Amino acid sequence: MRLDGGFNRSRERRWRSLQDLDEPRRPSRALLVALVLASVSLITLDSQGGTDSPVEPVRRAVGEVFGPLESGTAAVIRPITAIPGWFRSHDSLRAELSALEAENAGLRSEVASSDFDRNRLAEYDGLTAAADELGYALVPARVVALGPSQAFSRTVTIEAGSEAGIRPDQTVINNDGLVGRVLRTTGTTATVLLIIDTGSTVGGRVGGSMEMGFLKGRGDVGDSGLLDLELVDQAEVPAKHDVVVTWGSNGGAPYVPGVPVGRVTSVFSSLRETSQRAVIEPFVDFGALDLVGVAVPSGTPSDRALIEVDGSLR
Amino acid sequence: MSLARALTALAAVVAALVLQVTVFPYVAWDGIVPNLVLLVAVAAALTRGPQFAAVLGFVAGVALDLAPPADHVAGRWALALVLVGYLAGRVRQDQNPTTSTVVMTVAGASFIGSSVFALSGMVLGEPGSDVGGVLTVVLVAVLWDVLLTPFVLPPLMGMFRRLEPERVPA
Repeated sequence: MRLDGGFNRSRERRWRSLQDLDEPRRPSRALLVALVLASVSLITLDSQGGTDSPVEPVRRAVGEVFGPLESGTAAVIRPITAIPGWFRSHDSLRAELSALEAENAGLRSEVASSDFDRNRLAEYDGLTAAADELGYALVPARVVALGPSQAFSRTVTIEAGSEAGIRPDQTVINNDGLVGRVLRTTGTTATVLLIIDTGSTVGGRVGGSMEMGFLKGRGDVGDSGLLDLELVDQAEVPAKHDVVVTWGSNGGAPYVPGVPVGRVTSVFSSLRETSQRAVIEPFVDFGALDLVGVAVPSGTPSDRALIEVDGSLR
Repeated sequence: MSLARALTALAAVVAALVLQVTVFPYVAWDGIVPNLVLLVAVAAALTRGPQFAAVLGFVAGVALDLAPPADHVAGRWALALVLVGYLAGRVRQDQNPTTSTVVMTVAGASFIGSSVFALSGMVLGEPGSDVGGVLTVVLVAVLWDVLLTPFVLPPLMGMFRRLEPERVPA
């Protein structure tokens, strides 16, 4: 009797395993092992595959679901996140406005005579080529989601995707300078790798000397979100306050040339590595990212108005 | 586990994930946000036991690995949350957990979850993992999760308890 019942139950259990999940007394080791193995095999699949990973289509499918949810939530909470701005008084806003106007005028004159532009003109590195290279339109988009620091990578989601004409490996900028590059897209969203991520490398050029180097992120946001610049010519010492811009690569992927990245704040020389390492403070405030633009080839079909090369909306 | 209950649990995970990446970055400290998805897994563990929580943790972890801003190797959060669900479920006694038990479980779960994730990154050789920085991030995350516990855990645990089938008192 007892044996018979036990046999039946164990037989049934196989088919009703989902209901056994509620059984509190004897947690199943087998289930734990199975789930851990599933996770590990997922990790193996994804880490072996790299960009052609078999997980990538799944990632895209999940993105198609979560993208609109994130965009929707961000749109709903945007009025709430704007509330702190209302509490600043009229006077403080006026003071800020005049300060910013003065700063803007100063910056304009600085830009007009910037070393980079002068060098570029002097070198005359093919004006037609430059016009071609800079002939990008911008897709405007808002940042809707930010990856947490617990993930140790700096990525954001923007609410424009392949339907807006965005493709992987395009440059993302904002008013202040270089933001990052597009990693992957879904129909309505795109994931952007910020230049402060530790896995990000940007080809940079020091405006004052035209020296080339590589900018690597440190992985911090906010005030400590700095970049390290390592110059190709190790005898060259960048000057403090020198502006670093992107030097770009063929076809503008992943970075279009001439986008301002940041300013040199300090220079270290390491005797052991016999190289100069400059610390760059990016122009972009990564703690307060909102409106960004993605550089797409001029004339790209898009589901929204593009900012064209001559500044017009199309 | 009926379909309706599975769907409710899934909806909780999706809501937690979306809030975590869209709303909480505005209040984040140095980019560190409370891990709401982990709190859902802990709530499930404390009310429904380790098996349900481990399965839910796996599903939630995979979602966290694949949903848009994520760019790490998929499966790392899944591994972390399976372990969190299972271990937190072992804490559960048959009676309702006391407040201090819940807080301690959340703190432990958060520490284990973030640490497993960080360790898996180190094993895979992902950039950006020096021990000091990682430890700071993990500890701040624990603090965040404990701070949110009084607001998040009671409604979640209430929900999971209501999802439980009527039990005949022994």
